[in-house]
Amino acid sequence: MEQKIETVDLAGSDFNFANEVAQTEGGQQISRCFSCGTCSASCPVRRINDKYNPRRIIRQVLLGLKEEVLKSGFVWLCSACYSCQERCPQGGRITDIMTALKNMAAASNCVPDGVLAQADLIKKQGKVYAIDEFDNKKRVKAGLPPLPEEINEIAQLLSAL
Amino acid sequence: MKFALFLGCTIPARSRQYEMSARKVAEKLGLVFEDVPGFGCCGFPLKSVDPEKTALLAAWSLSLAEEKGLPVMTLCSACSSNLAEENHRLKHDEKLRRRINEKLARVGKEFRGTTEVKHILRVIHQDLGLAKISETVKNPLTGLKVASHYGCHYLKPSELYDKFDDPENPRSLDQIVAAIGGTPVSYDRLKQCCGGAVLVSDEATALGLTKDKLDAVKASGAEAMTLVCPFCNVMYDNNQKSIETRFAIEYGLPVFYMTQLMGLAMGISSKDLGMNLNSVKTKELIARFAGEDEDDEKKEKKKVKKEKPGPPLQPVVE
Repeated sequence: MEQKIETVDLAGSDFNFANEVAQTEGGQQISRCFSCGTCSASCPVRRINDKYNPRRIIRQVLLGLKEEVLKSGFVWLCSACYSCQERCPQGGRITDIMTALKNMAAASNCVPDGVLAQADLIKKQGKVYAIDEFDNKKRVKAGLPPLPEEINEIAQLLSAL
Repeated sequence: MKFALFLGCTIPARSRQYEMSARKVAEKLGLVFEDVPGFGCCGFPLKSVDPEKTALLAAWSLSLAEEKGLPVMTLCSACSSNLAEENHRLKHDEKLRRRINEKLARVGKEFRGTTEVKHILRVIHQDLGLAKISETVKNPLTGLKVASHYGCHYLKPSELYDKFDDPENPRSLDQIVAAIGGTPVSYDRLKQCCGGAVLVSDEATALGLTKDKLDAVKASGAEAMTLVCPFCNVMYDNNQKSIETRFAIEYGLPVFYMTQLMGLAMGISSKDLGMNLNSVKTKELIARFAGEDEDDEKKEKKKVKKEKPGPPLQPVVE
């Protein structure tokens, strides 16, 4: 009987990728993974959308599949719920590893538009949602103290970086 | 107990009812808030794109609380986890702290590492305690079957929250529901994420997650859901209608902030608790538990109701 075995093409692998991840903030513990799959079994996103599979992503990192990990967009499906991180028997900080991978993907401009849009708003106004005069009227009416419409120091801090 | 109240972005813009009810309930419980106008975004939305700016944003707000000599109280669970994580990172990573402080110096601020961050429900449960909550109850929510949604960042990362509740078997919210006279209901998918954090990158996945839990809560026979985070509220309350349309289902499940339910039990008027700002209608359900602003006739009716013993507490076992 013919057996179907999934093969991984390593021709384009970047074998330094795992080291790169290990040197990125949050990615230090990637080498702890022994592929037990507790992360994937615990992952709520994977139940809904099997494109996201933390064990598979970690394996891909260790195999050097850099392009696939950073450009396919599936790291952005991680909801950062910490289920995997709390349960990893190796004490691997998996949510932090996913954040490190998102940071690396962002550095190579592979970021969902919505995420970038939020980041831009924060840089401009210090908050995701600006508060205007109308909001403040409603706040005062509800007995809440008015809030500043924007926080200039934050814009100043973030633009100076 | 006095705290610097950290509202974050979503609550003032989309969930005023959480802030209104939290302030009213805090007053009854003797918690004092100081408002800090300079508080901005906690940094959570920048975490996936820029860790340095995330630390800087958190450090800015934390430094303002430090100047006041106050611990930070968050209402939003995402603010809670991000501020707690960045506070921890800045306290323990000297190089990062130096870099961030060089930048903060330009606006005359410094992160010193002298404050701590706590979610309001953690303070209420852990520092005030269930007995204190029970003392404030005027209208026990007798017979109201409530499904608690803990969400992710209220409990996790648990190491930074001193494991005040068990992330694998959380109890704190169910215990508060019981303390205000309600009946906590257990349901499948108790620990499942609301999906809110994925909404910007993949709407279908995010709403799929939300639907999955709404299905489970509905199947449990719960009459209402309670939660402690505006992200979760956006998913279960604000988006409930669109999920019903998208998946051709009907839930009609009222979703309350825990502070709204506590306020209701304390006899605070539904207007003061911002109940009219909830997306799913709450009126019918609230009518069973009269508030201060309701007329005497209703109060009389309620008194009769109060004398009936409620059903025994359902054990909360997942």
